[in-house]
Amino acid sequence: MKFLQKLPEQALRILVVFVILATGMLLVRQFVIPADMKDMTLIQTATMEREADKEAKYAGAAVCVQCHEKQQEIKRGGYHRDLSCESCHDAAQKHADSPTEVKPVSPRKRDYCVYCHSYNASRPTGFPQINPDTHNPRKPCITCHNPHNPKPTQPPRSCAACHAQIERTKAASYHAQLACTVCHTTPEKHKTEPRTVTPTKPDKREFCGKCHSEGKGAKGVPTVDMATHGEKYVCWQCHYPHMLGGI
Amino acid sequence: MDRRDFLRRLCLLIASTGMTGGMSAAAWARIIHKDYDASRHYYGMGIDVDKCIGCGRCMQACKTENAVPAPPFYFRTWVERYVIKTDRSVTVSTISTEGVQPTDGIVEKDMVRSFFVPKLCNQCAHPPCVQVCPVGATFTSDDGVVLVDTKRCIGCRYCIQACPYGVRYLHPVTRVADKCNFCYHRLVRGLLPACVEVCPTQARLFGDLKSVASPLGRFVRMNKVHVLKPYLNTDPKVYYANLDGEVN
Amino acid sequence: MEAVQHFTELAKQVVGFIYPNEIEIHWSILIVVYPYITGLVAGAFILASLVKVFNVKELQPTYRLALLTALAFLLIAPLPLQLHLGRPERSFEMFLTPQLSSAMAMFGFVYLWYLMVVLLLEIWFEYRRDMIVWSGEATGVKKWALKILSLFSTDVSEKAVAFDKKTVKIITVIGIPSAFLLHGYVGFIFGSIKANPWWSSVMMPVVFLFSAIVSGIAIVMLLYMIVVPLRGGKIDMQCLDKMASFLFYAVIVDFSIEVLDFIHRLYESEESIKILSALVETKLFMSLVILQILLGMLLPLGVMVVIRVFKLQEEVRKLLYFVCGLLIQLGIFSTRWNVVIGGQLFSKSFRGLTTYKMELMGIEGLLVAVALLIIPFVILAVLLNLLPPWKKEELARTT
Repeated sequence: MKFLQKLPEQALRILVVFVILATGMLLVRQFVIPADMKDMTLIQTATMEREADKEAKYAGAAVCVQCHEKQQEIKRGGYHRDLSCESCHDAAQKHADSPTEVKPVSPRKRDYCVYCHSYNASRPTGFPQINPDTHNPRKPCITCHNPHNPKPTQPPRSCAACHAQIERTKAASYHAQLACTVCHTTPEKHKTEPRTVTPTKPDKREFCGKCHSEGKGAKGVPTVDMATHGEKYVCWQCHYPHMLGGI
Repeated sequence: MDRRDFLRRLCLLIASTGMTGGMSAAAWARIIHKDYDASRHYYGMGIDVDKCIGCGRCMQACKTENAVPAPPFYFRTWVERYVIKTDRSVTVSTISTEGVQPTDGIVEKDMVRSFFVPKLCNQCAHPPCVQVCPVGATFTSDDGVVLVDTKRCIGCRYCIQACPYGVRYLHPVTRVADKCNFCYHRLVRGLLPACVEVCPTQARLFGDLKSVASPLGRFVRMNKVHVLKPYLNTDPKVYYANLDGEVN
Repeated sequence: MEAVQHFTELAKQVVGFIYPNEIEIHWSILIVVYPYITGLVAGAFILASLVKVFNVKELQPTYRLALLTALAFLLIAPLPLQLHLGRPERSFEMFLTPQLSSAMAMFGFVYLWYLMVVLLLEIWFEYRRDMIVWSGEATGVKKWALKILSLFSTDVSEKAVAFDKKTVKIITVIGIPSAFLLHGYVGFIFGSIKANPWWSSVMMPVVFLFSAIVSGIAIVMLLYMIVVPLRGGKIDMQCLDKMASFLFYAVIVDFSIEVLDFIHRLYESEESIKILSALVETKLFMSLVILQILLGMLLPLGVMVVIRVFKLQEEVRKLLYFVCGLLIQLGIFSTRWNVVIGGQLFSKSFRGLTTYKMELMGIEGLLVAVALLIIPFVILAVLLNLLPPWKKEELARTT
């Protein structure tokens, strides 16, 4: 108190103003503002609750199969077994809630299947891709392929059906004239079970040497001395045979 | 909270302070979604770059599920297409929700390698967006999901600046920050995030890092995994397998 | 639909690849205005402190003007932030649940501290005696305004005035680190964003600080040269020369730091250097190389060297100082632009550049920004009227 008395009159005035302002703000924050506006735990739980309460639009595959056992049975054995129903039939929670009133969509035109199956060079090789312009143009895909268990109508005739990227690269390379099977021995079963039965790759240098070792090459075919060139490596470990120039 | 709401709360204040203030966090957690207990989960996602076919179904499903503003702009998740050419140049583009556009003038013989990379919020364990939010409207919930409180976000967009991955945007209608939250409303119901649900090739996997057996557990065991921009020390929980070094 | 069209238009101007959500620039011209304004505040205050703390007697005529300038700009400083928020009505949340780890959350507190504890207090103690005297002379509204402003204090004894003087000095001493804090912290808001290599730099607060000092001294110099003649006074050339010499050194320091930052980045040449070089060479060439460095720094520096070397006549000096002041304002505004807008023009994928299309009319448009830059001068005019910085005899004094 003595300190206060020592202060000049004007300092006391300004001090009072500041103290009133500061306590005023503190009081408002402490007592007027409700707890759920400043308590972080309450606020965050409320947010989680609000987010959790949002409506789900995709029902999830587990719900679909409860009624659609037949489709599930067909789908189970095929290439589309890992595909969720709603990948094609779109969000179906509404349909699950009121099955008779709301019907999910069933894409029947070509333009849906090509989201996945039109050829694109960036797609992983081996993934079945077609060129929509040349592959039975304008015919709906489902006339030949059952979407729940799609299969090629016949075993693919050309390798390009699945390996289009390699096919297209090769077409511009010096190996354009060689059939895939010249280098890759392909069991017939590879056509129907592509992932379990795979084709071979040349495992000996001598295989490439048949054309590219010194003295054996036809006119214009580059040759090397197999004894000194490339040491321990199989040729395709350095040269990409599908690429122009083989490099 | 609107003004009327605030005033109403003000009137109910004295009665309610004791009640809400006395309620424990656990008690609140229980009413979130029946018996969902956030603290027993810790979610993450696995993405296998080699499996992505760039069909854009995930982008479409995300927009449908979360009412993300229609195309062409704003995404909670998107898919980038990388083309590395023989002259070492890298061309990147975001594919459309209609899948890749087949006519892009890129010729196979010029390509060294090419692939698709799905992107989404990395749900970082050390999220820069949470650090910078001035009002604490974005936070990490116990299950490891970074959420946005749409009722309290002031729309300052500091979090958008702070996110190294560009996953946040200002929602044009609500005018608050928005981003992927692993479809939080689906998680609490035991469902998969919409993008994972519809992914036709299992390029996206979802799982609980606290669970003994989950697809994600196998994913991180069987693959060499990588995260985006690890040098920023954000500790993402979206793990990539077969990720190319050009991706950032 | 309009928005889609707007974005499609923008998308056409994107060079390379950007993350899809980056199509929109989030911090617009208003966020350029904000650090520019706080820079003026901090700089003007540092100039004022030169008089009180460092006893630079020649600058005495600018002391009160500098304080009032700082106040006028500080009052407007939160406005651009407030206007740019997506939900401006929620800004109070920052006081309810401030996130301590957020540089931005501290804004309110740093601002309040600087406004209430530093600037208002200093001005109050500085003007208290005069306010009491003036309220005795004035009539009507002004009389009461002054009475209220002086909190009805009446003591004009020598002892009380001596106390005022001492307090002002103490506050100034506290004020210098506070001014550093105010603007250094604005730099930290940008400098601490590790996701953005254009911003993320420990130098950012320092660069902000010195550019603030530069812009603050320059604005007070300009105002001094405008206001004194308007009030029928004569410009004190000794004061002006002194101010210009401080400005000269401040520009040199500012320039050196920025060049250091630049060389450091170039030499370290990290991952981001390619995209940042592309940014500087294309989108920022005009605002960074031409406006900020050539017109805003090197030209004024050259002019000031010429003034010092050739000992030019008074009238020529005045004219050149004025031109320098204007150029420096332009340069510092460009600095803010290059930091705020520049930092958002490149993608965080480091693979592309986007474009900022400034609105004209909208709330985040050019007109609002211009208005925000004009309002402080209106406030200053009112303040100058209510609390004249110079007494009649001071204005009449010749050097």
